[in-house]
Amino acid sequence: MASNPLADISPSPAVHEKTGIEAINDALVLCLQRDPTTLLIGEGVPDPKGIFGTTSGLRQRFGPQRVLDMPLAENALTGICIGAAISGLRPIMVHQRIDFALLAMDQLINNAAKWRYMFGGQARVPLVVRCIVGRGWGQGPQHAQSLQSLFAHIPGLKVVMPVFPDDAKGMLCAAVADDDPVIFIEHRWIHPLRGKVPTGYFETPLGKARRCREGSDITIAAFSYMTLEALSAARGLARLGIEAEVIDMRSVSPLDVPAVLRSVAKTGRLLVADTGHQSFGVAAELIARVTRQGFDHLRAAPASVTLPDLPCPTSHAWAGHYYPTAATIAEQALQVCGVRIGEAQRQELDKLQPDTPTDIPNPDFRGPF
Amino acid sequence: MDELFRQMLRIRRVEEALAERYAEQEMRCPMHLCIGQEAAAVGVVSALAEDDRVFSGHRAHGHYLAKGGDLTAMIAELYGRASGCSKGRGGSMHLIDTDAGFMGSTAIVGGTVPVAVGAAWASQLRGEGRVVCLFFGDGCFEQGVMHESMNFAALHRLPILFVCENNHYAVYTPLEERQPGRPIHAIASAHGLHVQELDGNRLHTVRTAADEAVHRTRAGDGPQFLELHTWRWREHCGPDIDDHLGYRAPEAQADWLARCPIEQEAARLRALGLLDDIGRQHIENAIQHEIDCAFDSAQRAPLPRVEDMYRHLHGQ
Repeated sequence: MASNPLADISPSPAVHEKTGIEAINDALVLCLQRDPTTLLIGEGVPDPKGIFGTTSGLRQRFGPQRVLDMPLAENALTGICIGAAISGLRPIMVHQRIDFALLAMDQLINNAAKWRYMFGGQARVPLVVRCIVGRGWGQGPQHAQSLQSLFAHIPGLKVVMPVFPDDAKGMLCAAVADDDPVIFIEHRWIHPLRGKVPTGYFETPLGKARRCREGSDITIAAFSYMTLEALSAARGLARLGIEAEVIDMRSVSPLDVPAVLRSVAKTGRLLVADTGHQSFGVAAELIARVTRQGFDHLRAAPASVTLPDLPCPTSHAWAGHYYPTAATIAEQALQVCGVRIGEAQRQELDKLQPDTPTDIPNPDFRGPF
Repeated sequence: MDELFRQMLRIRRVEEALAERYAEQEMRCPMHLCIGQEAAAVGVVSALAEDDRVFSGHRAHGHYLAKGGDLTAMIAELYGRASGCSKGRGGSMHLIDTDAGFMGSTAIVGGTVPVAVGAAWASQLRGEGRVVCLFFGDGCFEQGVMHESMNFAALHRLPILFVCENNHYAVYTPLEERQPGRPIHAIASAHGLHVQELDGNRLHTVRTAADEAVHRTRAGDGPQFLELHTWRWREHCGPDIDDHLGYRAPEAQADWLARCPIEQEAARLRALGLLDDIGRQHIENAIQHEIDCAFDSAQRAPLPRVEDMYRHLHGQ
């Protein structure tokens, strides 16, 4: 696996440190700039908060015809964007919560995903649907779901979940340039994450995983925000003498199974961490594929860390029990590695427990949404 | 009528107390206050019978309280307590008190619209004589499900009152940027609903219109539609005033503040000799005491137990 995930796309050499929010804004500016057929639409896109800042300043820059708010009509507007997409435009839709995209499932599944196929390849739907996962602060059952497996189940939809700011930018550019519908899922706890981001336009290929940490003892394949928890877990595991290889899957569909297989061929062990529910989920799918294709490499049964099969309860008292953390991942990894959890292990796992309340992304977070 | 004044004032003071204490970071969930919109909740709900049903959306505190929802249970829910009205699973955006006939409020715009129509259908099929009242906003009127639901309600002449609280904004986006320049109620009329449009900040006007609408629909005249013009005083979500963002004209804001539903009603009652300073102070004191007790009780209530997290996913 290439150690530099951006190696094959030759971005401009200059890099700046940016947040996820700035990186997404950057990508939107570049996409709107380079292609006049690109549109940006969503509830709140031009408002004073600009979708958590990701769309700030864009209406002023590109005008109200290309950057616009929309009525609270997700299904119709999705269909309208599909109509625009098959007619030569490149709409980018935004949902402040992925839960709102559920109102548009008919258009997404019956039309966007199938339009190209059911008409024998005579049409294309270059549509991007940005969906934000609203974990934390009591968002509760209807505002905090992670629905990637729902979308990934549908042939014809691409589903991606960047974590790091450079990927957020490069993958959003790639999604907009893609001629097929892409569900672009942003966990809101990646928004404040800082990282080096190349300046200028570049595309990070969709469907390619990124190795974030090398290791020889166990492969931790992580999706979205769980990549960050996996990296913390890996640091804790290293102190216990276990070197975990951490792979940020970046994409759910297409799923980069070969990247995981290559890693498992080396480590012999697999743990998958996903932000979604367990049953019929992304983690289960990845484990199934690796087990089928790489059974001979496996020295232990793969395991997963996911949300429980339960709607997200609102009370902050349950947040720490509902959401798995780095400690959960590390504990599972120890088990997959066959390490008995003794005093040293317990101490290390305790250190991995978050020291801020588990219903907020960082100590500065004050709500109200 | 001074009981309705008291109810409006109670809703206002409850929400002001919520706003004041929100900064303590103990109510850890999104919260949408209806300060400024109390006349819609109280005027309409007071026209309903005790056995009638109410559904609402994300901005539901006023509707819940007007229908007789338990105050302590609501506050406990906001504090994430096991004794909350949704047992700590819902927060501010998911309120319920079935004993009071408040059947649920949810967080997806339009989500309760067809559910309320279904409840009205059940009332009709079972011959219960109950009226269902559904609160929603101007933004909800843009949802397809709104129109699909009005169509079905009109087709079956269901006993339901659609109450559109038109506060002219969906989050920061004005109505004019979301809907063309035609009245909302005219669309409902075209669906075959009996409609009334009125100033939603005048309690007695709202009450009179609601009385008529409830009477009609209970008598079998089919779905009724009220478009109530009103104004949210504070930010879309959260405890603060957000006028500094400049998304609403200061003149409009000042105009609506001057048309406070509570002070307008207070002035009317005074003119009729039904309210004076001492009387008002008594009401204020009693409300304050009730609120203090409710907060105290809610905050002292235990947090939910870890082992109960999986309860209520399915029936036993």
